[in-house]
Amino acid sequence: MTAVEEVPTSAAGNPIGFGRMVRKEDVRFVRGEGNYVDDVNLPGMLHGAILRSPFAHAKINSIDTSAALELPGVVAVVTGKDLEGLGLAWMPTLSYDTQAVLATDKVRFQGQEVAFVIAESRYIARDALELIDVDYDPLPVVADAKKALDPGAPIIRDDKEGKTDNIVYEKWEAGDEAVTDAAFAGADVVVTQEILYPRVHPSPMETCGSVAHMDPVTGKLILWTTTQAPHAHRTVYALVAGLPEHKIQVISPDVGGGFGNKVPIYPGYVLSIVGSIVAKRPVKWMEDRSENLMSTGFARDYHMTTSIASTKEGKILGVKVDVLADHGAFNGVAQPTNYPAGFFSIFSGSYDYPAAYCKVKAVYTNKAPGGVAYACSFRITEAVYAIERIVDCLAQELKMDPAELRLKNLLRPEQFPYKSPTGWEYDSGEYEKTMKVAMEMVGYDELRKEQAEKRAKGEYMGIGISFFTEGVGAGPRKHMDILGLGMADGCDLRVHPTGKAQVRLSVQTQGQGHETTFAQIVSHELGIPPEDIEVIHGDTDNTPFGLGTYGSRSTPVSGAAAALVARKVRDRARIVAAAALECAPDDLEWELGRWFVKGDPERGKTIQEIAMAAHGSLELPEGVEGHLDAQVVYNPPDLTYPYGCYICVVDVDPGTGQVKVRRFVAVDDCGTRINPMIVEGQVHGGLADGVGMALMELIAFDEDGNNLGGSFMDYLLPTSMECPDWELGETVTPSPHHPIGAKGVGESATVGSPAAVVNAVIDAIAPFGVRHADMPLTPANVWRAIQGNPIRTDMAVE
Amino acid sequence: MQTPAPVEYAKATSIADAISRLEALGEDSRPVAGGYSLIPMMKLRLARPETVVDLNGIAELRGIRVEGNELVVGAMTTHADVLSSAILFEHYPIFREAEHVIADPIVRMRGTIGGSMCQADPASDLSAVGSALRGTAVIAGSAGTRTVPLREFHDGPYETVIQTGEILTELRYPIRPGAGSAYEKVERRAGDWGVCTSGVFVVVSGGVITECGIGMAAVNADHYCAPEAEALLTGKAPTEENLKAAADAAANEANPNADQRGPVDYKRHLASELTLRALRRAVAASQGA
Amino acid sequence: MQVSVNINGVEHSRDVEPRTLLVHFIRDDLQMRGTHWGCDTSNCGACTVWVDGAPVKSCTMLAVQAEGAEVTTVEGLVKDGALDPIQEGFTECHGLQCGYCTPGMMMTGRWLVDQNPNITREEIREGISGNICRCTGYKNILDAIEYARDHANSEVSA
Repeated sequence: MTAVEEVPTSAAGNPIGFGRMVRKEDVRFVRGEGNYVDDVNLPGMLHGAILRSPFAHAKINSIDTSAALELPGVVAVVTGKDLEGLGLAWMPTLSYDTQAVLATDKVRFQGQEVAFVIAESRYIARDALELIDVDYDPLPVVADAKKALDPGAPIIRDDKEGKTDNIVYEKWEAGDEAVTDAAFAGADVVVTQEILYPRVHPSPMETCGSVAHMDPVTGKLILWTTTQAPHAHRTVYALVAGLPEHKIQVISPDVGGGFGNKVPIYPGYVLSIVGSIVAKRPVKWMEDRSENLMSTGFARDYHMTTSIASTKEGKILGVKVDVLADHGAFNGVAQPTNYPAGFFSIFSGSYDYPAAYCKVKAVYTNKAPGGVAYACSFRITEAVYAIERIVDCLAQELKMDPAELRLKNLLRPEQFPYKSPTGWEYDSGEYEKTMKVAMEMVGYDELRKEQAEKRAKGEYMGIGISFFTEGVGAGPRKHMDILGLGMADGCDLRVHPTGKAQVRLSVQTQGQGHETTFAQIVSHELGIPPEDIEVIHGDTDNTPFGLGTYGSRSTPVSGAAAALVARKVRDRARIVAAAALECAPDDLEWELGRWFVKGDPERGKTIQEIAMAAHGSLELPEGVEGHLDAQVVYNPPDLTYPYGCYICVVDVDPGTGQVKVRRFVAVDDCGTRINPMIVEGQVHGGLADGVGMALMELIAFDEDGNNLGGSFMDYLLPTSMECPDWELGETVTPSPHHPIGAKGVGESATVGSPAAVVNAVIDAIAPFGVRHADMPLTPANVWRAIQGNPIRTDMAVE
Repeated sequence: MQTPAPVEYAKATSIADAISRLEALGEDSRPVAGGYSLIPMMKLRLARPETVVDLNGIAELRGIRVEGNELVVGAMTTHADVLSSAILFEHYPIFREAEHVIADPIVRMRGTIGGSMCQADPASDLSAVGSALRGTAVIAGSAGTRTVPLREFHDGPYETVIQTGEILTELRYPIRPGAGSAYEKVERRAGDWGVCTSGVFVVVSGGVITECGIGMAAVNADHYCAPEAEALLTGKAPTEENLKAAADAAANEANPNADQRGPVDYKRHLASELTLRALRRAVAASQGA
Repeated sequence: MQVSVNINGVEHSRDVEPRTLLVHFIRDDLQMRGTHWGCDTSNCGACTVWVDGAPVKSCTMLAVQAEGAEVTTVEGLVKDGALDPIQEGFTECHGLQCGYCTPGMMMTGRWLVDQNPNITREEIREGISGNICRCTGYKNILDAIEYARDHANSEVSA
């Protein structure tokens, strides 16, 4: 097991360092004393509401706001024309495209922002929306990504000069095509499958919103907003609005879940700022659930034609993926600049073979923008789903047990650090060991026996495996930036005279428990009890710069920063302690919470004593200023590579197509576990996501571009009834290049679990001749798959 | 969050008070029961009554009792009370089975049987149950009360025979000694509306089915029932073959539309499959009675 | 329209528009911000409060309908400064992450335990099916409510 179990405990009963402890933030949450954006109420605050397009593609002839302006309580109505005057009608996206803040020429997806009402109450603002008269001329719609490149397809982005097609980018590739083609040519078996990862949505329980307060006298803008990346947002607002960055304070208070939904900048945030400038009063904008589902960052929409080549004995020789990516009406993906398909090229997965190649083509459609969200680790969800699905297809073709096929091909411990055929360098892993832990926990052999017995009786159960490898913790500045901002994170640590500490982070929790985990990291390094360490985050005026929380990067990047800044404090404490103990710093040795004289353990100073001495009158050596406070910027040398093996057991009723998830075993290796309770909680949540995506979550569109998943009646989130009691296991292979060996785990389960569920369902109904059906595997889709006619899930069911 | 348009509110204190208010206010008023259908529609501004007349204060509209040969359920009886009613369960387990899969436990605490019936959603579980059992609606207006068989209660999706100035006061279901009943539903997720549902009762006596009722929701069966399938079964032995023939007939009485819950062929298949499953269980229960 | 509601033992009287939803009355008029909202269609349960002892999705009830009622919100769970067993359970069992669904989830959970002091895990699972959590995958929430069940029994029930 981990080193977690042997740490001393504090007076409050918490581990001094790593180990299970209840969360510090819960004190306020269980009392209903959280402070979310919609809880922010300022004197004189107005409320904004957005009028949205009912059409997916239409020319705007005119907008008449006069009736709305006459409604008592309405302060202003802003349209695209008004913004054009301010140069704010369009804003840059996080991927060097542009997006309309309010439509001027035409609307390009259903739900697009058309006008913004500012009123005295949220009720009046919504009343006013009904009084705005927009004259639209509907245009032909591209809802089907496969038709976006048809000759004669309507051009969606005719705002871009000279644009004559719907291509976002023509070809982005990774791996060696020739080597891969050669591997395929020499293979005994080649299996190809069209695999769709349909459009899903992170839909955190708290929707997106903001409260903008532009002080008309000082010119300072304070923006309380639902953001996972407060510093990056501040910089983008400065660039978009031409506001001086030192006069922008972005505050991300408590965030009610993010999952990538709260990384991009949405028109609503910008409009609340505009509203505050226009009205000279604070303006709150909170989207409703339909707005959240229909206009903010969706995830996936990847059509992946996937092929695998192997010997007849099941030795994998190569994998190829040809992707058609649907980015919606604006390219609004949030990902490192040099990775237009995110980290999809890690699709070669956890297996040892030399040849892999992918090419990706991205298109515009009349659908909401987005694509990188929902705990995807920059599209590793798509990559893992493709490889784990195609491996199961190969197993079926070879009539080989999918566990046996995986074991035969998994990377071996001595191959690490492992350079993948598409250029990733996996840091560490003991894959076979992890897989065997999972198989043991689930009782794999017994399950296969049970399955055979059941099949003989006409009952259908399935066992699905997914083995995933992620690369997280973006990232090294020389390779990775977003809009030119390098992905390094700062961290400040102050140790007060009494030995209590404050650690300031650039990352922002949305429920991951940073206030506890980061206190534990500092505690581990300095021996200060975690209850004596306050974590400060989510306020750009009070925290150092960094790129925020997404892509499972908080622990790999900011966690390393926190450990290193604490070590810097420890080194400084050593000099102070040496002065106090009248010896040389080199004579001192560290034990948790204390420097002492080598060979004379009684002579020493605790970190608390040193803190007081550092602030006192003690004479310090020349060049040492006093105090212990320190700052660092951590620029990660590389990504970290968490991995895991998931096994799902389902029962399928072939008469109705209903799927019951009976069991789910998840064995994660995320390196060092700082707080195992929190790690397990992260995994639980991601497993529920996987069940949701595999079985029910979906945003489809009809041919007219109508969004068919625009409320919680239509976009189904899993409830307690669909989620089994997750069974978790672990192995621990610390990252060799991370200061505390942690790899990040926030997205592992969301990335790894959908394939396990789908593989289990397909395994259950394989006797009917089924090899694949696309998510979500609703009862209708499962029944149709059994009939040999699975549903095309990205479009309306016909 | 979405918010309702401006509306007036009146709280009715008795059935007579509710009727007189609704009559006086005319067709722009709407009675509100549990509110779990009307209020979301008001928030989405799909419904915009000038006045809502709240029936929640009318105690006489609540309760479950046996009267003569009938089970009587007050229109404002909550789903939770229907679900837990020993009297209803004793005569018709279908009530418990159907209520168990309606919405979620919190909605069932305030949502009412009468509200569900009057909302007349095409996927309404209780409409399928009511049609299966051949219940009766008791409707009160200023001219007195009238009764309408539940198989004539609906005028199409979201439409009922209730006129302005009238309210549904009771639902009555005939007691049939020896009846077995069952409810089957396929939903995409707990709490979702059904993809297709089927609820049935049968009375098996002397080796034959002497009486039966088949109700279906979410598949556009006229008045949520399958009379041709019932006719096929009545007087027949409850063999698997006869049950299957009736279930197939019921599927032919369904007229489902394709939507995100499923395509037409699947829903029609479910109408048969679920009717067959419900019939089997109801037959077994009746034979065991 | 004047409405008077007893919330957590305190009488509150306000003049509100009849269309005001109970959740907005609580959050905006009374500035009690522990009760959240997450959807427009009564599906998510983030806004769950008790009205006369029974759980209600407060986004689906008009404030005027609560006239004369006793309403309990998450702020009413703490008694004499001490956390309720449901609050202890959610803390001890890591039954929350972002905290957004938590108030509604705790109101449902505590009500379930009050209804049936011997409630089983599977009954709890069903009982919370109208409250959506996006973070926890529910397992720890079930643990938390079981904790409350096991620790509430020693209390004198009100």
